[in-house]
Amino acid sequence: MAAPMLRWCCLGRRWVLACIDGGSRHGRGAAIGFTSSRKRGQSSVAQQPLITAQKSRKGEHKWAAVVGLEIHAQISSNSKLFSGSQVHFAAPPNSLVSFFDASLPGTLPVLNRRCVEAAVMTGLALSCRINKKSLFDRKHYFYADLPAGYQITQQRLPIAVNGSLAYSVCAGKKPSQVITKTVRIKQIQLEQDSGKSLHDELRSQTLIDLNRAGVGLLEVVLEPDMSCGEEAATAVRELQLILQALGTSQANMAEGQLRVDANISVHHPGEPLGVRTEVKNLNSARFLAKAIDSEIERQIHELENGREILNETRSFDYKLGCTMPMRDKEGKQDYRFMPEPNLPPLLLYDTASLPPGADPQQVINIDWIRERLPELPSETREKLVQQYGMLPEHSFALLNEVGLLEFFQNVIKETRAEPKKVTSWVLNIFLGFLKQQNLAVNESPVTPTALAELLSLLDRKAISSSAAKQVFEELWRSKGKTPSQIVSEKRLELMQDEEALERVCHAVMEGHPQVVMDVKRGNSRAINKLIGLVRKATLSRADPTVIKEILEKKLSS
Amino acid sequence: MVSAALKQGQITPTELYQKCLSLIKKTKFLNAYITVSEDVALKQAEDSEKRYKKGHSLGDLDGIPIAVKDNFSTSGIETTCASNMLKGYVPPYNATVVQKLLDQGAILMGKTNLDEFAMGSGSTDGVFGPVKNPWSYSKQYREKRKQKPHGEKEDSNWLITGGSSGGSAAAVAAFTCFAALGSDTGGSTRNPAAHCGVVGFKPSYGLVSRHGLIPLVNSMDVPGILTRCVDDAALVLGVLAGHDPKDSTTVQDPVKPFTLPTLTDVSKLCIGIPKVTLPFYYFTEMLSS
Repeated sequence: MAAPMLRWCCLGRRWVLACIDGGSRHGRGAAIGFTSSRKRGQSSVAQQPLITAQKSRKGEHKWAAVVGLEIHAQISSNSKLFSGSQVHFAAPPNSLVSFFDASLPGTLPVLNRRCVEAAVMTGLALSCRINKKSLFDRKHYFYADLPAGYQITQQRLPIAVNGSLAYSVCAGKKPSQVITKTVRIKQIQLEQDSGKSLHDELRSQTLIDLNRAGVGLLEVVLEPDMSCGEEAATAVRELQLILQALGTSQANMAEGQLRVDANISVHHPGEPLGVRTEVKNLNSARFLAKAIDSEIERQIHELENGREILNETRSFDYKLGCTMPMRDKEGKQDYRFMPEPNLPPLLLYDTASLPPGADPQQVINIDWIRERLPELPSETREKLVQQYGMLPEHSFALLNEVGLLEFFQNVIKETRAEPKKVTSWVLNIFLGFLKQQNLAVNESPVTPTALAELLSLLDRKAISSSAAKQVFEELWRSKGKTPSQIVSEKRLELMQDEEALERVCHAVMEGHPQVVMDVKRGNSRAINKLIGLVRKATLSRADPTVIKEILEKKLSS
Repeated sequence: MVSAALKQGQITPTELYQKCLSLIKKTKFLNAYITVSEDVALKQAEDSEKRYKKGHSLGDLDGIPIAVKDNFSTSGIETTCASNMLKGYVPPYNATVVQKLLDQGAILMGKTNLDEFAMGSGSTDGVFGPVKNPWSYSKQYREKRKQKPHGEKEDSNWLITGGSSGGSAAAVAAFTCFAALGSDTGGSTRNPAAHCGVVGFKPSYGLVSRHGLIPLVNSMDVPGILTRCVDDAALVLGVLAGHDPKDSTTVQDPVKPFTLPTLTDVSKLCIGIPKVTLPFYYFTEMLSS
């Protein structure tokens, strides 16, 4: 997965106002704009129209796109939001359904404390104001996977409002030019998930699985402060990391624990906002940016050809690479919102307002939760940069892969090698091997201890760096061997005997007087030839830097 | 009184059960019951009898026949709300109030008739037909009817029970059970109680659990109690009242069972009447005087 830092890919596309590269709109638009998608190995279908449009309308008004997001994150809890049935992924169909989830007459909702705590934690982490009193409402609509005919949500007064989410963006080509952007968070609310419908086209039927019905969701509403797909994807990625760090949601898009709906419109800067469309059920991190960008391009294309944008709901067709209108949305829905009569207002307290003698099991203290918030990703990254002197983009990369940070920290613990060396090895070589074989960190055949030992050997100059790479390859291939074992097996130890090395250098110098003359005449590159010869003579078991030192000493004498 | 008799062994639970069951059968024309749970009740009566024999009665309600309005969920017993929509629906769980009564050893004689989904105040609009007021068959009423001109069918000369808990009120008034559960949203327990000459009690909202009560108006419904005397109602309330974790709208404060003090002198009694219940002209008269 790409690190949550975006290259300013919106540059060069006509439709972004901040034209840092003013004169490069023509051909570069295609190159930069689709760099990231090329990296992912996909070609963008919409590339063609954009280029021809660029060529024919040079002096045209620029377009600005406006993207808002509604993100639904499944709360990581043992039981559902309003009933006691369990929450498990991929359980047998309809095996985790309580009477209330099936909406049997007479059953009533009972609020899950853990879900409220998760909402408060998330609100605090996103700098929201936590509403000490929040209310529950019913949102009515008819669908087979919603047995009650309504969803319990928080429309009037949600649990948290007015926060912000910061994410980092790369401006320009240099990776060190990192800009922090923020997107405002309108609100966070608690609501129920619906069941799952499985459409069986073959038998013309729909099968309903209620395992998911009633699971707690956090709906995080992001204001339309984003301007392209990459920004949206980066913001979502950062939110994912925050939720995972808090433990409030596993936020795994592949398992449906994080779902994103996008509201997209385009307009000319300075003019009022355009008609927006909603793109629903973006369930893949990979396609999130692509879907949003393709919708933006579709809207621009429609408007430039004199047509209008309909305020409609669309879904993203992965195969076609563009958005399509959703079939069963007819007209505007009247959700008949009404207060949920079976749930009293949710009251939260802080230390100042806590009623005396209150049962701690029955009340939630916001201050108590705030004190126990775990470290957020931005803090962790800051610490890494401070503590190990690594570049910010390295800290992003470390946090971006599940388990990588822990791996890194374990290696650091067990080796005396420099942190910068460890960082480089973990991010380049280790991660490279993982990606090549499509493995997760916890599936790695190389343990932190093994890598630590290897790096210690390297640090002690017991082996050369090229030898170290060979050892690493061997570690990857064959389990159970330690680096030291491999080094001795393959006889990769660096020559430690300086005297012997000096003799070899002397022999090489004697054997190649012409080269020696070249060096003495001032040809600095000739020394590399000598180094190479010495290395060959020592079967690559000598440290090139030491060889160079010895040779230089000899040559100068 | 009857619980004292049970305790002293003057009558056994199964005998009491048989008496009530035969009365139910005799008064079938009242249409008070939708479902009569004969076999279930017999088993409960037998269990109660065993407890009494060992001297381990569960309390004052042990062995007492009761009836439950058909909008309360009863596990394994059809619950229809007098509607075709729930015909054949057998819930897998007991309403909290039903469970509390059963835990005290009460005998569930059956589910009583009502207005469909408790929408009504006559108990005339259920799909199983109207409930007839037992007082329709009293001597006084029959005499009154004789004086009226004929031409009306004999069948249609009956009085309504009021509603929507008409079946429960009729069941209690006809002596087929000692207490019955109704529900009250806009008078549905008190109304039929008045019509049938029994005690109808509506607890304050939040005092008694609604879990298992199929709702009419979630923010106003309460389970109601119908009995033949006020002390009985107090006894049943003592069993039913209290916080239920399954119902978030019940009050958290602890509730203790109580007995009513015996009142011999009402001269010093102070009774509050909400002004809104007074007819308009009384109110203006009071103002002018």
